[in-house]
Amino acid sequence: MGLTGRDLYLVSPELALAALALAVVLLDLVVRRRGAVSALAVVGLAAPLALSAALWGEAHAAEGGALSAFNGALVVDKFALYFKLLIVGALALVLLASRGALSGYRRETEFIGLVMLSSTGLMLLGAAADLLTLYVALELASLPVVALAAFAVGRERSVEAGMKYLVLSAIASAMLLMGFAYLYGASGTVRVLSPDGSAPTIAQMLAGGASADIPFGGYALMIGVLLTIAGFGFKLSVVPFQMWTPDVYEGAPTPVGAFLSVASKAAGFAVLLRVLYAALGAEAMSADWTLLLAILAVVTMSVGNLVAIAQSNVKRLLGYSAIAQAGYVLIGVAAFAARSQDGGGASLGAGSVLFYLAGYAAMNLAAFFVVIVVTERTGDERIEGLAGLGRRSPWLAGVLAFALLSLTGIPPTAGFMGKLFLFQAAINADLTWLAVAGAVNSVVSAYYYVNIIKTMYLREHDAEGDGGAARIPVSAAAGAALALTGAATLALGVWPGPLFDAARAAAEGLL
Amino acid sequence: MLSAVVFLPAAGALLVALAGRSAVAARLIALAAVLAELGLTAALFIAFDRGAEGYQFVERAEWVPALGMQYLLGVDGVSAPLVLLNGILGVAAVLVSWRIETRTREYFVWLLLLQTAVMGVFLSLDLVLFFIFWELELAPMYFLISIWGTGRREYSAMKFLIYTFLGSAFMFAAILALYLSFPGAERTFDMTVLAEHDLTALILPASLVFSGFLIAFAVKLPIFPLHTWLPDAHTDAPTAVSVMLAGVLLKMGGYGLIRINAGLFPDELRAAAPFLAALAVINVLYGAFIVLRQSDLKRLVAYSSVSHMGFVVLGLASLGATGASLTGVGLSGAAMQLFTHGVITGLLFVVVGLIYERAHTRHIPDLGGLMRRMPLIGAAFVLAGLASLGLPSTGGFVAELLVFLGTFDVYPWATGLAAFGVVLVAGYILWTAQRTLFGPQRPRWDAIEDAGAVDAAAMGVLLVPIFAVGLYPRLLTDVFEMGLAPIAARF
Repeated sequence: MGLTGRDLYLVSPELALAALALAVVLLDLVVRRRGAVSALAVVGLAAPLALSAALWGEAHAAEGGALSAFNGALVVDKFALYFKLLIVGALALVLLASRGALSGYRRETEFIGLVMLSSTGLMLLGAAADLLTLYVALELASLPVVALAAFAVGRERSVEAGMKYLVLSAIASAMLLMGFAYLYGASGTVRVLSPDGSAPTIAQMLAGGASADIPFGGYALMIGVLLTIAGFGFKLSVVPFQMWTPDVYEGAPTPVGAFLSVASKAAGFAVLLRVLYAALGAEAMSADWTLLLAILAVVTMSVGNLVAIAQSNVKRLLGYSAIAQAGYVLIGVAAFAARSQDGGGASLGAGSVLFYLAGYAAMNLAAFFVVIVVTERTGDERIEGLAGLGRRSPWLAGVLAFALLSLTGIPPTAGFMGKLFLFQAAINADLTWLAVAGAVNSVVSAYYYVNIIKTMYLREHDAEGDGGAARIPVSAAAGAALALTGAATLALGVWPGPLFDAARAAAEGLL
Repeated sequence: MLSAVVFLPAAGALLVALAGRSAVAARLIALAAVLAELGLTAALFIAFDRGAEGYQFVERAEWVPALGMQYLLGVDGVSAPLVLLNGILGVAAVLVSWRIETRTREYFVWLLLLQTAVMGVFLSLDLVLFFIFWELELAPMYFLISIWGTGRREYSAMKFLIYTFLGSAFMFAAILALYLSFPGAERTFDMTVLAEHDLTALILPASLVFSGFLIAFAVKLPIFPLHTWLPDAHTDAPTAVSVMLAGVLLKMGGYGLIRINAGLFPDELRAAAPFLAALAVINVLYGAFIVLRQSDLKRLVAYSSVSHMGFVVLGLASLGATGASLTGVGLSGAAMQLFTHGVITGLLFVVVGLIYERAHTRHIPDLGGLMRRMPLIGAAFVLAGLASLGLPSTGGFVAELLVFLGTFDVYPWATGLAAFGVVLVAGYILWTAQRTLFGPQRPRWDAIEDAGAVDAAAMGVLLVPIFAVGLYPRLLTDVFEMGLAPIAARF
């Protein structure tokens, strides 16, 4: 089987995005007006969005709900498409909101190109059907981020962030590769998914060969699984692989943090769910999985929340908050693992993860965008720098306050509904203790999230002189991004049904 | 009808927010909104069919069908008086806020949103909707206390937030466990359906689910030892917020105990009854003894609330006690106490707020001889104190009598101790009224002024129901008993 037009159509969202990335970088050489190029970049994202939406229809109509491309190396199902839509949507919003923040850099368009290439890699991650494709996609997603983190070359901390990301990302990749090697050694194949049945998957090869007496079905398998989780744990900022997160969020330009916290994390969870279930879930090892994931969830939430309380830099705080939020999502993953043998329970667990990731994208981007707009103007990244924002810029403060309430999990917000679904999945999987741990962690997080709200509304700004106490201007593009994310946070809190149905449908594609 | 009751204050809040910068406009819109809301709740109370058991004016719509969540509102005999109470207190709260000058617009937005949240709690019959309204009240309360409060307001606001939020974490888990205990198609958050289900075999032990709800409601009511947020929040809150807090927010806890702990889990309540009775007595006495040590007027009223809420718990416990000859009487008393305490303590907080606003001190030894300068406020203080004592012809008498009647033959000791506590508190309040109002006139207070027309209206709004209920208790008891009958029948 050679390459056919059909294959190209099935990966057209990724191709369109990659082409757009190259076009942006090339156009910059000819077109003098940068504004025009970056506007084109945002508008151009309509193409991958539309193509993904069209493919959703095809996947819906396809037998088994999935299509294979490139001889089975990639799979196009609702699960992959859900993440493609989420990643491109988040990318568009990040680009919209960071117009102003980026215009200070000489290589603004290269920034856009790099973010787009990284997103291409993230989209492929969700679609990868074998471990090798998965690894290549992961590297495509990670390498541009190194350059992005170090993008503010004049700032020492930005360069340090890039360096840190490079080194730790390399270590994580090495662990992942080692894990993959063990998985291959134990099963004899690298195929994760095979919707057309053309080649046996890891799960099929392992069936019957696993031993019930040894955790995870065998020592080689156990080492492979642990190394794989460690590798993904880096991407997801799961404790104890979270060290890089606050440093990179603080050092890198703020839009990079926004992009990493939402798009990169979403794709990381996509792969985790995929590999967990498709490659390994069919084995009777869900108890081992569940316990491991549940412990990781509790530790991640608790460490993220407790350390966040002590932060005084708002970007660093958002970094720790991102760690804690990853912990909440892991609750859903654990619930999924616990119920992996029962269709309804598994789709509830995975569906709650998918819903939460979308809601998290809306609320976390809203919070990040306010921080981008404010710090771009004031250059003050301390939480104290937000003092008096409620008076200076009521709309900005309102959006940030609402986003923070949502991150805490107070209704009527996306964060509340997301947690409702996650905890429901956990209790359904007999993990009530995990749901209670999550709920108690939300209480802890209320302290530092509300602290920011308090600073905005109850403190007066102390800095004299330029810009400190003045109203903060918001560009039309950033305003649109703020309005969209804020409205989405509210809408998902009040009317979560349609997205949850979509998430559930996508999750069923996983099974 | 019920959606209008719930969301009318929120619509008022929206209008206030859009009305421009004028403080006068904000006040007038807020007043119009709460008056309209009072009209609506009164209409609802009158239109409520006293002859029919079960829920009335039910509004049901699909919300998230995949997860069994519904938009489900309904009113029965338990909630109807509390809805009216919220309507009354809303008016009083806006009137006592008339002289708020800082950030007036924001203030009324939060106050009106608070009223919507409380209405939603009383009228929701779907557990998730109930929970959402329950949590919705956090943000308005936090801002109202921390921005417009006094003293250590930020600390108190945060303490309130963390306590309530922690309590609701347990309720959240309990709600989900309740939902997931049934196979696919039977899963529901609908309280009316759940009340008919057999809730003994849940995925968690039923006593754990019961405790999850109990913790959340005990924080709110509050029940010792989860009460410590309340005196702080009360002391540092602005007057109107104290009124709302004592008047309706605590009642959310009592309402939850009756509706969910008693309504859904009779067996667990029966098992927990002795424990609850003991807690109730501790609540009453502990609150009473602390009251005796207070020199701050507002803290005094706050702790008297802790003491009085012990009665609600005692009435509830009597329901679960075996061998009660007057099944349900204690529960009726508990429900009545929710209403009468709401108006009486609301009035006490109004009076204390008015005194503080004029004298700029709440330190009792500093005050004295105020009656001659402020006869209206003084008279209201005395009347509220008497009602709090349970003087016949006031609402307080009816409620306490019913609780005593219901509990005496099952918990004679507890009842006796609680009666002692209540006399202690009320006597102390009256003595305090005497010390601040009468006695030698002090030159320091020569220029102090009495209540204006707006303040008088605020006090009047609360005095009317105190005496109306006292003189004609059937106004409420009929309604309450009808709502409570199906709950009591299961014991």
